[in-house]
Amino acid sequence: MTDAPLLSVRNLRVTFPTRQGLFQAVRGINFDLGRERLGVVGESGSGKSMTGRSVLGLIRPPGRVEADRMEFQGQSILNLPERRMRKIRGQRISMVMQDPKFSLNPVMTVGRQITEAYRLHRRVSRADAHAKALEMLRAVQIRDPERVMDSYPHEVSGGMGQRIMIAMMLAPDPEILIADEPTSALDVSVRNEVLSIMDNLVRDRGMGLIFISHDLNMVAQFCDRVLIMYAGRIVETLPARELHKARHPYTQGLLASLPRLDAPQDRLPVLTRQDSWRDGDPIAPHADTDLPGGLR
Amino acid sequence: MTKPPMLSIHDLNVWFGDPPDRVDAVKHASIAVAEGASFGLVGESGSGKSTILRAVAGLIDSWSGNLEVAGRTIHGARRDRQFFKTVQMVFQDPYASLHPRHSVDAVLSETLRLQGIGDVDRRINRLLDDVGLGRSFRFRYPHQLSGGQRQRVAIARALAAEPRLLLLDEPTSALDVSVQAEILNLLSDLRAEHGLTYLMVTHDLAVVGHMCDRIAVMQHGRLVEELQVEDLRRGAAQADYTRGLIAASGSYRAGG
Ligand SMILES: Nc1ncnc2c1ncn2[C@@H]1O[C@H](COP(=O)(O)OP(=O)(O)OP(=O)(O)O)[C@@H](O)[C@H]1O
Ligand SMILES: Nc1ncnc2c1ncn2[C@@H]1O[C@H](COP(=O)(O)OP(=O)(O)OP(=O)(O)O)[C@@H](O)[C@H]1O
Ligand SMILES: [Mg+2]
Ligand SMILES: [Mg+2]
Repeated sequence: MTDAPLLSVRNLRVTFPTRQGLFQAVRGINFDLGRERLGVVGESGSGKSMTGRSVLGLIRPPGRVEADRMEFQGQSILNLPERRMRKIRGQRISMVMQDPKFSLNPVMTVGRQITEAYRLHRRVSRADAHAKALEMLRAVQIRDPERVMDSYPHEVSGGMGQRIMIAMMLAPDPEILIADEPTSALDVSVRNEVLSIMDNLVRDRGMGLIFISHDLNMVAQFCDRVLIMYAGRIVETLPARELHKARHPYTQGLLASLPRLDAPQDRLPVLTRQDSWRDGDPIAPHADTDLPGGLR
Repeated sequence: MTKPPMLSIHDLNVWFGDPPDRVDAVKHASIAVAEGASFGLVGESGSGKSTILRAVAGLIDSWSGNLEVAGRTIHGARRDRQFFKTVQMVFQDPYASLHPRHSVDAVLSETLRLQGIGDVDRRINRLLDDVGLGRSFRFRYPHQLSGGQRQRVAIARALAAEPRLLLLDEPTSALDVSVQAEILNLLSDLRAEHGLTYLMVTHDLAVVGHMCDRIAVMQHGRLVEELQVEDLRRGAAQADYTRGLIAASGSYRAGG
């Protein structure tokens, strides 16, 4: 496949002023997204969420976003005026936030939020939007969608909140979905259903998926490629199914610290972070050859 | 051997709202957690796990049944100071559980003062070290933290009160695996040194397997099964639901 990437990012930097001076949350990262499932893993605070948010113009001042390039289907979307970003956000690129319940409006019912979000992007009647919302909630395995439509966010469980957010973000059929820890509160069977919905959108409609997750085993199984982030940089890029053969000591350390059901141990190994990881060369076996869509 | 369990939940029902819209979130649940034990609660999303923890913590008043903590029966949704000296909770949703305008320092020093614990300055630094956050985080506000950093503040706050029973609702699901390893090791150490008792909700069967001795499985408001961790490991579960959960664990294959 030779089509242009859906999303192309070069030298992305995100900076925040703090008491201790400027803090660089993202320090010059490069990646392209095709019609694929791109996993992003890395330790807490490594800049995963900020990378996702910067694509959608969701870094609040005084935070700053800079890049040599940030293009969505060839068009620059770097620091677009809010009025123009709003035409893209939600409709063409949407994001499932890491704190779903916090991102939902606490004083509006779940049903109204999904239908209003949907009608913002699609010209459909109220009744059709309602039907669509119910259909989406059923698809994400909500047991009693009618009740949940009439509930407020504080009346649903953590995992239900995640699924409501996913339903809401997928309803307008975006070209790119950025999913920030979308399944961390789901039991494994519901999780697998939700993953297969996203999977189908990538396969059937050519959606691009950025999948931020701590679950290395799941990413290895579900994604096409994985970026591994450390201290605001990408330190390694791998085909997902080779994640367990990672070469970077940091990635290896992450893998080693997983508890295993089949092999109990008294203490879990932890990482000994090396200064050299902050600025060393990224490991990318065939980084430039297997760009967008190259994996299927 | 005649010691009462640290936590005893007997025939617990929890509901929300009034008929006809009443939601029965927990139905006839009974669990006993011995002092020093670590008990896991797993199950379907929306099955009532958080609701059980919240009812114990006094955050819900519409419940019936019998609840005892360290041999004392608790009633309604009122909890006295003694209770919070004994029991602390780490919430599933760290953003919602931290006040947006309170810095990390304010959150921790408030808890320490409430519990009458002195030497606040040194303890805060110690707590931050324990949860793997440097001291540079001490004066940050929740919006200046990543998801996992917020969760670690919530864990530090719960530990600050030096409780005997910790109710942990998905304490590490927002954490990367290396920080998870650090926190789980810390929890294991505290349990070994101080005999803490844990009631822990998680979706990660490997985490339950690592941390817990006994596990209860919930589906649709009910406890469907209680089993020993060895049984979980061997896949020797009785209930179909549990067997399905074990089978589905870690088995997502893209493209079928
Ligand atoms: N407003 C802010 N001011 C200062 N620093 C900030 C601000 N927002 C985020 N940060 C810092 O930016 C870094 C990257 O944050 P980000 O949320 O991207 O992490 P993450 O990789 O998503 O971590 P997690 O897995 O814990 O969610 C963190 O160290 C965080 O403390
Ligand atoms: N305040 C409330 N008002 C009405 N219903 C509620 C309220 N809180 C919880 N519920 C309902 O109770 C049920 C159980 O919720 P709970 O949060 O205990 O689930 P959970 O097992 O923790 O799920 P998850 O794993 O997704 O966090 C859900 O159907 C939820 O919608
Ligand atoms: Mg994050
Ligand atoms: Mg819950």
